Amino acid sequence: MGRLRKSTVNILLVAALVVIFAVSFVVGGTRTDPEERFGGTDGAATAQIEESNPDYQPWFEPFFQPESGEVESGLFALQAALGGVVLGFAFGGLWGRRRSKAAAPDGRPSPDPAA
Amino acid sequence: MHIAEGFLPVAHCVAWYAVSTPFIVHGARAVVKQAKEHPESRLLLAAAGAFTFVLSSIKLPSVTGSSSHPTGTGLGAVLFRPPVMAFLSTIVLVFQALLLAHGGITTLGANVFSMGIAGPWVGYAFWTLSNKLKLNRNVGVFLALAFADLSTYVVTSFQLALAFPDPVSGIFGSVAKFMGIFAISQVPLAIAEGILGVLVFRLLTDVARPELERLGVLGSLAVKEA
Repeated sequence: MGRLRKSTVNILLVAALVVIFAVSFVVGGTRTDPEERFGGTDGAATAQIEESNPDYQPWFEPFFQPESGEVESGLFALQAALGGVVLGFAFGGLWGRRRSKAAAPDGRPSPDPAA
Repeated sequence: MHIAEGFLPVAHCVAWYAVSTPFIVHGARAVVKQAKEHPESRLLLAAAGAFTFVLSSIKLPSVTGSSSHPTGTGLGAVLFRPPVMAFLSTIVLVFQALLLAHGGITTLGANVFSMGIAGPWVGYAFWTLSNKLKLNRNVGVFLALAFADLSTYVVTSFQLALAFPDPVSGIFGSVAKFMGIFAISQVPLAIAEGILGVLVFRLLTDVARPELERLGVLGSLAVKEA
């Protein structure tokens, strides 16, 4: 596979991702009433238990509960950010390692027949 | 797939802890062994953990009108074999249980089983199968990640059904109900995770080819391509 072909494939993959979520958003939006649109499935499962087993009492409470949706989404963003930093660092490190190896005269720059 | 805090009866809580603990310990040892014996794979190990950390924090809309999150466990399972993911997923789930009140400590055993054990092993099975069938590597990565994601939610449905069987239709009726909540919503997300995984894997074969070769991930397929 040539260089052009490779990046074309990547662009098509990204485009497919965009299409999946665009379709999900539009189709999902038509299926629910605006009040409860795009609620979490985890919450829906809990609601299902409460409905089918009204006698069940959760026997343990979280030690810490984010007080509002805003605080909660901030903490989720923190999780994504931490993961993103580590992911970026790891890719950066691997990239730098490969470059220095390719530059070194005795390094063995492995041929890249493209995935 | 996060079963909420307190939403599994005590006996189930204990049982799932008992099932998951050996996998977590074995996984922790696999991580330490990998990092010690092959220091050059540490960055890749960090990338696998971070991938799960990021993906499991992002809630995405689905065609059913609800939203859910991917798991990101298939990538690490393909790169390092499934045991490491039991440990890495536990870190993610503890973080979410303590800081986000998402999932819980009493349901940690069950959640680790679905996300960190069942998902990675199912994904790895699809990866091995597609290698055996000599499918294109991209297809193998796609199947591994998509099915690691989807199977996690199927397992959660069974876990909840075992704990809360339907009074009329029993466990299987209850499975159907929970699958209705989880599984269908998860299909587009699993497909998206598979596609994202292929992108990340293609990037990795660019920047980390020697590491992947050592791990045997490019294995017979690389020979075939050359």
